Amino acid sequence: MAVTPPAQRIWWKEPVERVELVWTALAFLWGVAMFATMIIWHIVGQQNLANEAYRIQPERFMERTEAFVEKYKVGEQGDTGVPVVRPPAGSDVYMLGRLWEWWPVLELEKGQSYRLHLSSVDWQHGFSLQPVNINIQVHPGYEHVLTITPDQAGEYGIVCNEFCGIGHHTMAGKIIVVDRNTPKRGQ
Amino acid sequence: MTTIEAAGRAVAARNVEFRTCPFTGLKVDLAAQRLIYANAVAAVIFLAVGGLFGFLVALTRWPAVHLLPAEWFYLVLTGHGANVLLFWIIFFEIAVLYFASAVLLNSRLAAPKFAWLGFILMVVGAVMTNVAVFQGDSTVMFTSYPPMKAAWHFYLGLILFAVGALVGCAIFFATLVIAKDEGTYQGSIPLVTFGALTAAIIAVFTIAAGAIILVPTFLWSVGLISHIDPLMYKVVWWAMGHSSQQINVSAHVAIWYAIAAIVIGAQPLSEKVSRTAFFLYILFLQLASAHHLLVEPGISSEWKIFNTSYAMYLAVLGSMIHGLTVPGAIEAAQRRNGFTKGAFEWLRKAPWGNPAFSGMFLSLVMFGFIGGISGVVLGTEQINILMHNTIYVPGHFHGTVVAGTTLAFMAVTYLVVPLIFQRQIVFPGLAKIQPYLFGIGAAGISLFMMGAGTLGVPRRHWDLTLAEAPIPYEFSAGAFLMMGLNGLFATLAALGGIIYVVVVVASVFFGKKVDSTKPVWQFPVTSTAAANVGKYGSHGTVKLPGTIILVAVFFVAFMLYYYVNWKYLSAVWPLR
Repeated sequence: MAVTPPAQRIWWKEPVERVELVWTALAFLWGVAMFATMIIWHIVGQQNLANEAYRIQPERFMERTEAFVEKYKVGEQGDTGVPVVRPPAGSDVYMLGRLWEWWPVLELEKGQSYRLHLSSVDWQHGFSLQPVNINIQVHPGYEHVLTITPDQAGEYGIVCNEFCGIGHHTMAGKIIVVDRNTPKRGQ
Repeated sequence: MTTIEAAGRAVAARNVEFRTCPFTGLKVDLAAQRLIYANAVAAVIFLAVGGLFGFLVALTRWPAVHLLPAEWFYLVLTGHGANVLLFWIIFFEIAVLYFASAVLLNSRLAAPKFAWLGFILMVVGAVMTNVAVFQGDSTVMFTSYPPMKAAWHFYLGLILFAVGALVGCAIFFATLVIAKDEGTYQGSIPLVTFGALTAAIIAVFTIAAGAIILVPTFLWSVGLISHIDPLMYKVVWWAMGHSSQQINVSAHVAIWYAIAAIVIGAQPLSEKVSRTAFFLYILFLQLASAHHLLVEPGISSEWKIFNTSYAMYLAVLGSMIHGLTVPGAIEAAQRRNGFTKGAFEWLRKAPWGNPAFSGMFLSLVMFGFIGGISGVVLGTEQINILMHNTIYVPGHFHGTVVAGTTLAFMAVTYLVVPLIFQRQIVFPGLAKIQPYLFGIGAAGISLFMMGAGTLGVPRRHWDLTLAEAPIPYEFSAGAFLMMGLNGLFATLAALGGIIYVVVVVASVFFGKKVDSTKPVWQFPVTSTAAANVGKYGSHGTVKLPGTIILVAVFFVAFMLYYYVNWKYLSAVWPLR
């Protein structure tokens, strides 16, 4: 019994019933299959998070984002004062998280790829793009560079899903994806 | 080993008082009994506090109720995590360790004075952390990710608690040495003790990881260290945070085997297979820190894939083996007891009215189907991006820690109270329905949080309407519905939790002394019928058609859910 010492002293030599062997083999092969699936997806899949990342001083990231906003700003989001930025297709775009906003609002073109630079200038934040449901952790001091290709037009919300203090539930931002009928090639 | 032995011998001189258990004939060291009592009572107190916090959290996230103001919500959520995930579970596990060593091995407990020291450290630490949380300047969540900083005594409390738990593990190891030395049992340790040993070994390196990260973070909080790298913190912190959940898995699997043995006289199908499965936990569970780092910058895909899969899912393999051998052992025992009709007579005629059995079986099924499958899917490198930090994550771990571990611990309490505390369970009618209420509630909160997570609902978030956000976003009606249903099922779970606490406390303090001639439930562990069942070992065991059907259903569900999520992933914006 499981609460008493094994009845056969040399328990490691006892024979094993076939059902246990078959199940163990099946479970092992399933593990190998799941392991292989992750690797295969890196080859054939379209959704693999970039490994490109750099250490960066938060101030430096803020400067770069501000320079980016200044260059491509086309307006402001309602009366919030948050700039709306329309970068050229295929370019490097910046978004920073801070207490408590995602800054700036990006206007991207459907079907075009952008190199998105993500970082935080204070605490950790959670970049949660809705309703697509893409969720990426954002760290201060680390600049994450990923290439995204919005494939549907519309307005997308970005909420914060890493707890960042008392204003956490007010932290949100936006990405607008527009559909231009004559898509330009990236520069 | 030598220091442990020395510690053991240093106290060999103490006067050991034993009583003899009227049910099992085992000698019970009264010092061990008192320590089991103290740790179990502390566990239940922290469960009551932490469970109440959890209920308040669920009521606040129920959009129609939205109970607490934001500041209180985040504070209570921090307290909920620490009290149930850490304090309730680890106090109970220390009690399990003392039971699985001193009691099951018929031995005296090593160094009870040190064990009391460990207990006091744990109590002081747990209270200190709670004080820090309630002073209001440590609302950092259980994970306390820097650069967000808590008060110094938040970290110090956790450190003291961990040191106390480590003392408990050392007492357990020393007791194993003493029992072997003094020949209190024949041959190898029982399977349940082997499982407890697995839990204790994992606990040692879990607590070591905790020390490696919490000590510098504590020094940072008092100003002696200027900077804690947030990514490094997460890598090491989760070597404690996730691995401590693997202590739970080992402990509750050991408890499944124990309950199956005590209540229906089940024997392991094969000692070799079950022990190998525990051994896989020791070898591979520590890699799981990666589960929390799959969408972080600065970590390579190769590292993520190897670690998140426990090196090709070898720890998952261990759990899948237990998923066959635990119900298999029960089926084999029931068939020997005469329930041989069809594939499932053994299950239909199982003792469903005994809360120890019903709680154990619900825990087994829900841990596998809800917590286990969702955990593997959530921990897949690329799929994680669909769920990271959404409320899917708490959905998953309420399936493991609440429906799995907590329910198993509750179930075994119904055996501990009569066997160790020697009290009859009062309100047996309530006790009978308790595992169902709590289990269905826990299953509901797990599933509905997971459902809400797939709709993007963030975890640890006060306001789903984002009403105060300058740039609002509107979640779908389905998301609100899911959070409402979560609140309803949390109410059910809370009811089950309250009944558990009331029944246990009332039984311990006011229950009738157990009369060995008229036990509330039969314990076949003592009956001669159970002693004579079948030959030991799985070779030549009766066939197990019911269990084969159960694991086949599980396997198909697992595969379908896994690949459905790859399908979902393929539909989101391409990224590279």
